[in-house]
Amino acid sequence: MSKTNMTRRGVLKTGAVAGAGVALPTIFTASSAAAYMNEPTGGSVTLGFNVPQTGPYADEGADELRAYELAVEHLNGGGDGGMMNTFSSKALKGNGILGKKVEYVSGDTQTKSDAARASAKSMIEKDGAIMITGGSSSGVAIAVQGLCQEAGVIFMAGLTHSNDTTGKDKKANGFRHFFNAYMSGAALAPVLAARYGKDRKAYHLTADYTWGWTQEESIKAATEALGWTTVNTVKTPLSQTDFSSYITPVLQTDADVLILNHYGGNMVNSLTNAVQFGLREKQVNGKNFEIVVPLFSRLMARGAGENIKGILGSTNWHWSLQDEGSKAFVKSFGTKYGFPPSQAAHTVYCQTLLYADAAERAGTFNPCGIGEALEGFEFDGLGNGKTLYRADDHQCFKDVLVVKGKENPTSEFDILEVVEVTPVEQVTYAPDHPMFAGGNLGTCNPG
Amino acid sequence: MFGLDKKDSTLLLIVAVLTMFAPFILNPFPEGSALAQFNAGYPDLMQRFVIFGIFAIGFNILFGLTGYLSFGHAAFLGVGSYAAVWMFKLLSMNVIPAIFLAIVVSGLFALLIGFISLRRSGIYFSILTLAFAQMMFALAYSVLTPITNGETGLQLTLNDPRVLGQSATADGSIPVTSLFGMEMRQTFQLDMGAWLFQFNVGYYFSAVIMLIAFFIAIRIFRSPFGMMLRAVKSNQQRVNYTGLNARPYTLAAFVISGMYAGLAGGLLASMDPLAGAERMQWTASGEVVLMTILGGAGTLIGPVLGAGFIKYFENIFSKINDNVLHEWFAFLPDGLENFVVFVMHPFIGKGWNLTLGILFMLVVIFLPGGLVEGGQRIAKLFRKGKAKDSAKPTTKPAE
Repeated sequence: MSKTNMTRRGVLKTGAVAGAGVALPTIFTASSAAAYMNEPTGGSVTLGFNVPQTGPYADEGADELRAYELAVEHLNGGGDGGMMNTFSSKALKGNGILGKKVEYVSGDTQTKSDAARASAKSMIEKDGAIMITGGSSSGVAIAVQGLCQEAGVIFMAGLTHSNDTTGKDKKANGFRHFFNAYMSGAALAPVLAARYGKDRKAYHLTADYTWGWTQEESIKAATEALGWTTVNTVKTPLSQTDFSSYITPVLQTDADVLILNHYGGNMVNSLTNAVQFGLREKQVNGKNFEIVVPLFSRLMARGAGENIKGILGSTNWHWSLQDEGSKAFVKSFGTKYGFPPSQAAHTVYCQTLLYADAAERAGTFNPCGIGEALEGFEFDGLGNGKTLYRADDHQCFKDVLVVKGKENPTSEFDILEVVEVTPVEQVTYAPDHPMFAGGNLGTCNPG
Repeated sequence: MFGLDKKDSTLLLIVAVLTMFAPFILNPFPEGSALAQFNAGYPDLMQRFVIFGIFAIGFNILFGLTGYLSFGHAAFLGVGSYAAVWMFKLLSMNVIPAIFLAIVVSGLFALLIGFISLRRSGIYFSILTLAFAQMMFALAYSVLTPITNGETGLQLTLNDPRVLGQSATADGSIPVTSLFGMEMRQTFQLDMGAWLFQFNVGYYFSAVIMLIAFFIAIRIFRSPFGMMLRAVKSNQQRVNYTGLNARPYTLAAFVISGMYAGLAGGLLASMDPLAGAERMQWTASGEVVLMTILGGAGTLIGPVLGAGFIKYFENIFSKINDNVLHEWFAFLPDGLENFVVFVMHPFIGKGWNLTLGILFMLVVIFLPGGLVEGGQRIAKLFRKGKAKDSAKPTTKPAE
């Protein structure tokens, strides 16, 4: 038997030398080679889908994830192409983004800022995600937007309706397609005045967090401008499930409209309580008592069931719209999943397409290049008509839908009907509007 | 070494080696392989491992030694975070003053809450601490919004004064947290063949602090003070009958563990300058109890292991989705593949809580002493085997 002379010291020495040899060529270049954070070098590019999979907004999160998967399929040339065919920009060819196959990672935000940031961080640091998108709560969206700004990746906001996301907390690396609380107020108020009259007294119940505050502020300002008076505004904890104790005081006042600045589970519960207390049959000051829900979504309308009938609200998009883009999207979503998409699904699908298109047009994944391509970008064919990505605050400006709970729904998805499409001019505001003041985009950060 | 006996020195050394080489140990699978999903060696998660390790070590000083089960420890973590972020907003982006203030403020809160809660013991104490924590959570969530920024969480802005630093960097962005110019987020990457190892400044900073915290915990465990705390745990009445007043000791333990939590909170904010109210919610308090029990209450290393275990599940398992599963089982025939994915679906992604719960139950039922007991059993098996091995040559007949 041949004998090899292997001593411990010898093995260690060889190992160390070999290790150093392997490491040497890259040890100096690794940190400086990439021009920007997570530059994709292989044949694929990774996007990070950060949605709530547990917690109060899990329904919206699940629908968002479906839309993301659909968008990735379409970007890679699969399926029927969906809204890529109706999109006014034709830069996307169905061969991924800039010729790179689109891959994705998903994470759970738990509707908590902390968990959302941890999840987004792991996508950036571990999976090399070049863009983070998602979120079903403004608090989370703002927190993740801040993180993406620091880390040097693009954040494409999902369902976030607070004014602050593109107001006082706006960031150069963050972009929002969804509409906001101000737009809801501006679109809804004229319809309310036309239907319910101009001498109404409103009572507000408001979810106690960033979205609720800005929603209340917006709708209050918009209705007061038309002659309404505000009797009282009451903040309710986000974790509240029974609103009886908040509804009873409403009966003691001479208010004749109840405005529920609630979303998701909150709204389902508060509306149900209000109906149980007989508010809808009530007569005050010789007028019918009315309930208004400024931000509607089909998913929560379904949760509220019968109670939603005849109640006015606003929404970003609805699947019953008859333009080419909406029809194409509803068709490909329906073919894949068997039911129509929600507004959350629509906005994140658009965001993914807009990001991919911006990368194609800019010819790079560099966040600064993409930011430039998106700023001031005008497009059409994504279901909302002509839309502008405003450069001043990275907010999309488009028509807003005023909707009403349908009296005679034909199916479990056909719950809302579009009352009016408010033109974009009516919901546009100046970038330095007081409700949006105090923020600063800063400069784009490529990492 | 440092006044420790041989066994404790070895333990400290092992922990030191593990934390220093964590970027290697936690990244065993090459990039791009199917198992890379299970790699945990990226800065954010490693930071969380050591920071929640500190949190659990501190909790163990109270729970493991005195037996007082606090259900509101997350409150101190939250207070520490808020204090640290305010320091970043007002003073400078250096982490030292922020962490210092975090420890001091949480210590003061612990003194107040401990002074009141420790008048009772057992379940009443737990409920009192839980009540205080929920109260502080509710305050942070809505009433104290000007200080805590409510549900959105306290964040840095470009308009913060930062008296000793700068409000905004030259290129118009918010400055990052640093230790005398060393940025916490700075990461040095090392490519070794198929592997990519990341060495993060923030991680090593936290790791060093964790080692110091671990060392102090060992000293407390072995000190006469630690002995007193154990006496309180084994029979408080007897302690009282011997004429000793136990309350100063328990209060001291409570404040120390509160300061540990504040330190962890301050570090969390230093790694990622944001403080949210959810950090103080009762689920967060429950989590540290789980960590300690899962790892082994009353042991030195247990809580650190438990913290790592839970954070690993939260961050790695929640990110496995059906797509990933399909990739893994692509080698199976289609029907079988779909079936396997269907069976595993509830346990991954959004079901990570379920998997963690099952593992927790298994550990509590079969290893009441936590992961540490599991390790001891394995070591015992190993030693038995070794003993046999060493016994063999003697029985071997000489040739």
